[in-house]
Amino acid sequence: MTVGPNAYLILSAVLFCIGVAGVLIRRNAIVVFMCVELMLNAVNLSLIAFAQVRGGLDGQILSFFVMVVAAAEVVIGLGIIVAIFRRRTPAERAAARRENLATNIDDVNVLKG
Amino acid sequence: MSAGTAEFIGFVILAPVSVLAALGMVFNRNAVYSALLLVVNFFCLAVFFLFQQAQFLAAVQVIVYAGAIMVLFLFVLMLLGVERQEILRETIRGQRALAAGLSLLLLAGVIAAVAAGVFPADKAGLAAANAPGNVQAVGRLLFTRYMLAFEATGVLLLVAGVGALVLGKRWPDLAEEEEAQAGVPAEPERAPDTGPAGTDIPPVEPVAETDTPVPATPAPVKEPDGDKQPAPVGEARQ
Repeated sequence: MTVGPNAYLILSAVLFCIGVAGVLIRRNAIVVFMCVELMLNAVNLSLIAFAQVRGGLDGQILSFFVMVVAAAEVVIGLGIIVAIFRRRTPAERAAARRENLATNIDDVNVLKG
Repeated sequence: MSAGTAEFIGFVILAPVSVLAALGMVFNRNAVYSALLLVVNFFCLAVFFLFQQAQFLAAVQVIVYAGAIMVLFLFVLMLLGVERQEILRETIRGQRALAAGLSLLLLAGVIAAVAAGVFPADKAGLAAANAPGNVQAVGRLLFTRYMLAFEATGVLLLVAGVGALVLGKRWPDLAEEEEAQAGVPAEPERAPDTGPAGTDIPPVEPVAETDTPVPATPAPVKEPDGDKQPAPVGEARQ
């Protein structure tokens, strides 16, 4: 009994679609970022499965670069979330604290000029 | 027990675990639980990488993803307040149901593509490519054929670090200017919160234009967003 590449590809597709659903459904900005990470990891899994099918290491190299870019993306994304959180006016901050609200993905609208 | 059987058993055990962890991450209300379930998912993926002869990437997955990136996520979660609730009001009406339906449709499409046999079912295997060892082979490729891309990712990481520094820095001139425009009294740097509701502490004077030192506050300085006292400082000052 062996596991063919198709099993890994289907698992990767399932994880990717869960990530897509999370990005579209959740409103907490940090959880949306986590779902993006899940999607990137699902793609890494399929890249590594392709590398094994093909018999070369290029897929693994590409997956490595995806990890590096994901790390950079997380740093910038979390920096933007913290910056948006800080830029709220005192009234907005008080309202968010009174209702105990998390960072909302709609706050990204302040990035519009 | 052959390697193929071990891989089969490991896959049968860990694939449901990873899918359930991902589902739990999406549908959990508490963001910290989401982060921990994502760590579980990353560990499962690291084991799958091991099964597929990607030993170096499995180690990188654990160190970089489950270690560094998730610690960063948890840091920001703690910084912005852990026990806060998500806004459940939908900005677009029916967005949640539509999103679930569309992602199920996407899943069906991708699985149909995989099942249609677009990709060969037998694998060439990495025995030849991994002959000197996986780390050695990957390193050799990184420093020969992919040298330029490798250098570019170095620059990318540098730019990302500098960008995060700029995003995280406080710009006092900018804040004062905007608050003067909006007519809102400037909030002093590191505004100390009012103490517990019973104590009577005079509100701190805003130090917008004068250079008078901020009066020392006797109350224990609390993190402004971490407490649930019903007397927010921003509202009291208006």
